[in-house]
Amino acid sequence: MRQSYDVIIVGAGIIGASCAAECAASGLSVLVLDKGPIGGGVTGTCMGHIVILDDSEAQFALTRYSQRLWNELATKLPEQAEYVRCGTIWVAADQEEMQEVHRKYKSYTENGLEAEILDNKALLKAEPHLAADLAGGLLVKQDSVIYPPAAAYYLLKQSHKNGAVVRSASEVKAILPEGAVGFSCGTIITGSVVINACGCQAPEFSKMAPIKKRKGHLAITERRDGFLNHQIIELGYLKSAHAAAGDSVAFNIQPRKTGQMLVGSSRQNDSDDPSVQHHILSKMIKRAFKYMPDLRDVQVTRTWTGFRPATDDKLPLIGPDGDSGKIWIAAGHEGLGITCALGTAKLLCDMIMNRPSEIDTKPYCPSRFAKGNTEDV
Amino acid sequence: MSDNVQITINGKTASVTPLTVVATALACEGVTRFRRSVTGEPRTPLCGMGVCFECRVTINGQPNSRSCQVLCEDGMEIVTDE
Ligand SMILES: Cc1cc2nc3c(=O)[nH]c(=O)nc-3n(C[C@H](O)[C@H](O)[C@H](O)COP(=O)(O)OP(=O)(O)OC[C@H]3O[C@@H](n4cnc5c(N)ncnc54)[C@H](O)[C@@H]3O)c2cc1C
Ligand code: FES
Repeated sequence: MRQSYDVIIVGAGIIGASCAAECAASGLSVLVLDKGPIGGGVTGTCMGHIVILDDSEAQFALTRYSQRLWNELATKLPEQAEYVRCGTIWVAADQEEMQEVHRKYKSYTENGLEAEILDNKALLKAEPHLAADLAGGLLVKQDSVIYPPAAAYYLLKQSHKNGAVVRSASEVKAILPEGAVGFSCGTIITGSVVINACGCQAPEFSKMAPIKKRKGHLAITERRDGFLNHQIIELGYLKSAHAAAGDSVAFNIQPRKTGQMLVGSSRQNDSDDPSVQHHILSKMIKRAFKYMPDLRDVQVTRTWTGFRPATDDKLPLIGPDGDSGKIWIAAGHEGLGITCALGTAKLLCDMIMNRPSEIDTKPYCPSRFAKGNTEDV
Repeated sequence: MSDNVQITINGKTASVTPLTVVATALACEGVTRFRRSVTGEPRTPLCGMGVCFECRVTINGQPNSRSCQVLCEDGMEIVTDE
């Protein structure tokens, strides 16, 4: 292996893999290092919903841009990536939540997205197993679902075709300010630039990255072909996902290409413990029964947890880490890392190569968290 | 000791001692493919304690039953994904 690269990427989750594919396709020599296997971080334990969200303008811009890139890639993805454009239904439990349906409809369609308001009857026609008393929902058509670790693997394979070197089981001990990485054995590999794509572990190398872990539980069911047609999320999710403090659960269910269903989700801020907590899991499952009573007859076969790499302003860090131009960071995507991966990689590669970007990169600039700048966020 | 229990495995009758676990009965009768994975690969029991879900078969018409968690009963019909 050579000892110098244009770009060294630390972390081979969906973010590192996307950066590798983009940088290698742009003609840069790339080395990717991960301490574990490919996609062995939260990329391997999450849901894989490629979804447009509009909590803020910057979030909308990045999710939309990135989803477009996924759509363009869709036909090239291998079968194992299990890509399906199933759409999302945001479910409204009552009339109050229907107002949010109308607001979202206006905001999405005004921005050129395809959406449709469903009343109670239309909702049950689209998803016959939903509870009969729900008010309605919003169908967003271009959202899709993917199997993230297989997508990460594919992206790394593409980068490899363009000359990238990918090494798993290679733990980086230090990212050095001159743009190099050090290993515990004393070896140092130099690059023109280093990208920190370590997800929840990014703060280990970057003091500036205020990334916190947000724990989530998931459950997967046996195969039930045809039971579920869309990814369904309760609109109450907005209330619970935004509650900064405290534990919360919300109904979120995803159809897998295999016929299985992935059931979520929970959010906990102050937990470092990866074990499944039964009081949270049971709250989450009961929530699912409330929205989809027929799930009582479906077996769950596995449960697990994952940690979202979260920031306080719900936007990722994409850009330079410090002023040297040697160290860059792409991390902190919380519950949208799969969705935002391809867009993140394009923006970061644009910045590294001094190319213009398609969307404004400023809202994601890590310097917003630098000392003295925190008032702005 | 009471009489043996009569079960059928994929339509063939078998006789096992009372309190035999279904997974054990299947293994004794030479079943090597309890179910198939999503990609069609054969699966057999792994944990033996109800956690891994690899041992699923159809018991008395109920699909996806964990055979390591059920005792054989007289007249029980077991179908595997042979
Ligand atoms: C329950 C749950 C559901 C989710 N659902 C969705 C969803 O539906 N849609 C969506 O878009 N997002 C979802 N997410 C979020 C998504 O999983 C993450 O945002 C995304 O996977 C982050 O990717 P990453 O590459 O930054 O992190 P990771 O996948 O964690 O990758 C970081 C990598 O860095 C490596 N690393 C760390 N330290 C070192 C070191 N010292 N040396 C070498 N390598 C190192 C790790 O081994 C790891 O592989 C969900 C998350 C959870 C928890
Ligand atoms: S062998 Fe693991 S659940 Fe039956």
